[in-house]
Amino acid sequence: MIWRIAVQVFQRDLRLASRQSGEWLNPLIFFLMVITLVPLAISPEPARLREMAGGIIWIAALLAVLLAMDGLFRSDFEDGTLEQLLLTPAPLPLLVLAKVLAHWLQTGVALTLLAPLAGVLLNLPSSVLVTLVLSLLLGTLTLSLISAIGAALTVGLRRGGVLVPLITLPMHIPVLIFATGSIQAALSGLPVVGYLALLGAFLLLALCLAPFAAAAALRLAVSGS
Amino acid sequence: MTNWLRRLWAIIESTVSPRYFYQLSGRWLPWFAWPAVILIAVGLVWGLAIAPADYQQGNSYRIIFIHVPSASLAMGGYLLLAICGAITLIWRVKTAEMVAKAAAPVGALFCLMALVTGSLWGKPTWGTYWVWDARLTSMLILLFLYFGVMALQSAFEDVAQGSKAAALLAVVGVVNLPIIKYSVEWWNTLHQGSTFRITERPSMPPEMYLPLLVMFLGLYALFATLILLRSRQEILQRERRSQWVRQLIEDERE
Amino acid sequence: MLELQNLEAWRDDRCLYQALSLSLQPGQVGHIMGPNGVGKTTLLKQIAGLNAFMSGRVRWRDAQVSDDPQRYQQELLFLGHLAGLKSALTVAENLQALAVCRGMVLSANQLEAALERVGLTGYDDVLVAQLSAGQKRRVALARLFTESPLLWLLDEPFTAIDQAGVAELEGWLADHAERGGMVLLTTHHRLSLRCPITPIELIPA
Repeated sequence: MIWRIAVQVFQRDLRLASRQSGEWLNPLIFFLMVITLVPLAISPEPARLREMAGGIIWIAALLAVLLAMDGLFRSDFEDGTLEQLLLTPAPLPLLVLAKVLAHWLQTGVALTLLAPLAGVLLNLPSSVLVTLVLSLLLGTLTLSLISAIGAALTVGLRRGGVLVPLITLPMHIPVLIFATGSIQAALSGLPVVGYLALLGAFLLLALCLAPFAAAAALRLAVSGS
Repeated sequence: MTNWLRRLWAIIESTVSPRYFYQLSGRWLPWFAWPAVILIAVGLVWGLAIAPADYQQGNSYRIIFIHVPSASLAMGGYLLLAICGAITLIWRVKTAEMVAKAAAPVGALFCLMALVTGSLWGKPTWGTYWVWDARLTSMLILLFLYFGVMALQSAFEDVAQGSKAAALLAVVGVVNLPIIKYSVEWWNTLHQGSTFRITERPSMPPEMYLPLLVMFLGLYALFATLILLRSRQEILQRERRSQWVRQLIEDERE
Repeated sequence: MLELQNLEAWRDDRCLYQALSLSLQPGQVGHIMGPNGVGKTTLLKQIAGLNAFMSGRVRWRDAQVSDDPQRYQQELLFLGHLAGLKSALTVAENLQALAVCRGMVLSANQLEAALERVGLTGYDDVLVAQLSAGQKRRVALARLFTESPLLWLLDEPFTAIDQAGVAELEGWLADHAERGGMVLLTTHHRLSLRCPITPIELIPA
């Protein structure tokens, strides 16, 4: 029964996303626009772009995920659905995980699909694209999980969206460092397995801890309202 | 059996009540404040004027007398936030919530001091005010973690709810802290092969080691003093509607 | 069956209520009354188990709720100020999803019967966003019939309901009590039920 409830929450969120395409489309467009800003602001020279490509794509992805995160719990809080979620027999951390996964499909996975395009725009050789995609797949889910804690902590605040990046960015830095590290390594022809394994380890840690922290934050938000 | 436990818990609860902490801290305060003033004065004079100049760095190394203890306190401060946060969330102790709120800006201040002194050291040693070495970068990220906690605290209209949210954030942050430190160190070795360390700690002769110890003790005492002062303020503010605070104000007026 | 012992609640460092104890038996309708801001919603939410940081004990069927909260929450339905409906989904989708979230599967017949009782027959496929405030409230109330809980915890259920609806809702409350159910509600509306009401008045200190 618990499993069925989690699947139901997951499906409901996906169904809502399919009817409200603005929610998930905007961060993706934002991602592409940020990528476009860099050659305009710094330099369109191919060699320089290739050097910085990993970092630029990752920063743009990070910002896009943060932008999208605010909507994770806010609409549920505002229409009373969140209260009802707290009253189901399923454990709240599991439901949080279901919601984050549904949200990740709309943001992280979508970004990962756009990444090869971004790589081409920034002159990344195709040999590196596989590493880019893998690092994004592993990394964006971790980012979503960590940002979910921030989203849960600020869900009751009217202008909480501005706070989410502020409180979660420091915790995103390890993922950023190793993900871009993997792309740099791939550019130099060095093995990337170590980096990806470490990203996988971060993901496992986030999967185990973030849902509980976010659930605690949600209970706090609901009791205060 | 449960009755006995309940009574024990009631005793513990009254011991950690804000009112008791207020009274206790009032008695402790002079024991931290005076040593702080004396030790810092002695330490500064000793370190800045009396201790011999360094063989390699000349007189500029003297900044470590402020930098090293500040850096240590910045990290200790965040750990304190996390511990108070955990106590708040697990045992619902109100005093811990208030101490955490009071301690956050103090820790952030010491973090800022560490960054500024570190940067001042960089200028004569490496010619620039800022270098992206592992320690300074970690300290900068720590400052952002502090800002996050403080921003979250002040964003809530309901102060009690804000303090609890900030407590949760501090606990989550402290779990991330070792991961961040490790990642930054790794990143640093990747991008700068040379030993770019701001705090080299080779064996220090006692002429340098002792004033550093004095400054350590003095700054720790200052840290404790500031936290006690701010905690007392916070307690009075939060408990302003209770009987004992109103009594206190009455007595002050006479 | 429902026992509240020494409930205490604080908001913004102000004590809303202290040492609140009462018990509710099947067939009783409890009406929580008091001026605005006195803590009626807080009390109801605390009884539902939504206020994690408040102190006191809630007992259901002679057992501590905190020992097995799921068993308790399975038998109650909390309808708060907000409807708890997703506006981008249809009425049927909402009710079905909410039922699944409590471990039940709603058959088409059950859904139809519930919609008929609340006067929304044929509204299955209407998006909630297109409903009026009163209709949304009725959809929320339909859950009382799709999920058939024993304990009804209703926060201002008469909001946005028209006069005919008020009489209907009062009828449902009385029906439920007569059949052995329990109701705890907060409302400013002056209730006139055909069954006795237990008043619970919160007075500001």
